[in-house]
Amino acid sequence: MLTVISFYLLAFVAVAAAFMVIAARNPVHSVMYLILTFFSAAGLFILMGAEFLALLLVMVYVGAVAVLFLFVVMMLDVDFVEMKQGFLNNIGFGLLVAGILLLEMIMVGATYVWGDKTTVVVRDTEVSNIEAFGRVLYTDYAGVFEAAGFVLLVAMIGAIVLTLRDRDGVRKQDAMKQMSRTKETGMEMVDIEPGQGIG
Amino acid sequence: MIIGLGHYLAVAAILFTIGVFGIFVNRKNVIIILMCVELILLAVNINFVAFSTHMADLPGNNPMAGQIFALFILTVAAAEAAVGLAILVVYFRNRGNIAVENIDLMKG
Repeated sequence: MLTVISFYLLAFVAVAAAFMVIAARNPVHSVMYLILTFFSAAGLFILMGAEFLALLLVMVYVGAVAVLFLFVVMMLDVDFVEMKQGFLNNIGFGLLVAGILLLEMIMVGATYVWGDKTTVVVRDTEVSNIEAFGRVLYTDYAGVFEAAGFVLLVAMIGAIVLTLRDRDGVRKQDAMKQMSRTKETGMEMVDIEPGQGIG
Repeated sequence: MIIGLGHYLAVAAILFTIGVFGIFVNRKNVIIILMCVELILLAVNINFVAFSTHMADLPGNNPMAGQIFALFILTVAAAEAAVGLAILVVYFRNRGNIAVENIDLMKG
């Protein structure tokens, strides 16, 4: 019974927050609702017995991606009220596409529901979720795991290369120039006569 | 009453539809579009985890495969968000706004 109540609560919050993501006037509010959606989805994951992914979702999305979105939303000086103008013009077409999509997915899902296959979550109490994860992630999927790391590396380098810019009038340290200095270029020996100064 | 696979699939379907709807409705705001892509990927993740946990007892199934897939989708989604927002910042720096209609002006 508790599972049923939790499921409907989390599912309702997730759907409502997802709707507010696209309906909110202020993009900062949109990001906040996105965070709420991901929290509820993490709750759903826990209900399904995938605790590791749930915590990962909270860490990656709430900890990193949402903060990134907030950063960009607050950094860009854009008139967001003006950007909402086309909302009512596009709503008809948007509803049409969304309706067709939902209908298709309901038709596919109905075959599962009608087919008397109401499966229940199987919980292996001896092996925890994270242990089961680790058992296959570093053995069967080791290559893909490395590839995922490479994807993250490429994304990091790409984001840095895209946003890095050289600005004029900024004094910077040039390590190469510093290290290539020698005794001859960096120092001059002057023999000063007594009483004359360096002149 | 038992919460089964169909319930989770229904939530995922609704989230996916909201994401697609948001892309069509907020056509001017790239940030909202990026958030809608994240919503769509979340819906796919819910599908993967639901199938992974509810169909684990079928013979010949690797019970963790779906969750491993969800992990990789999470990775790619994070990378996509980082690169997408970086492109957005560069575009804003060059043009002073982020209107989507004008983005195709950048094509050679």
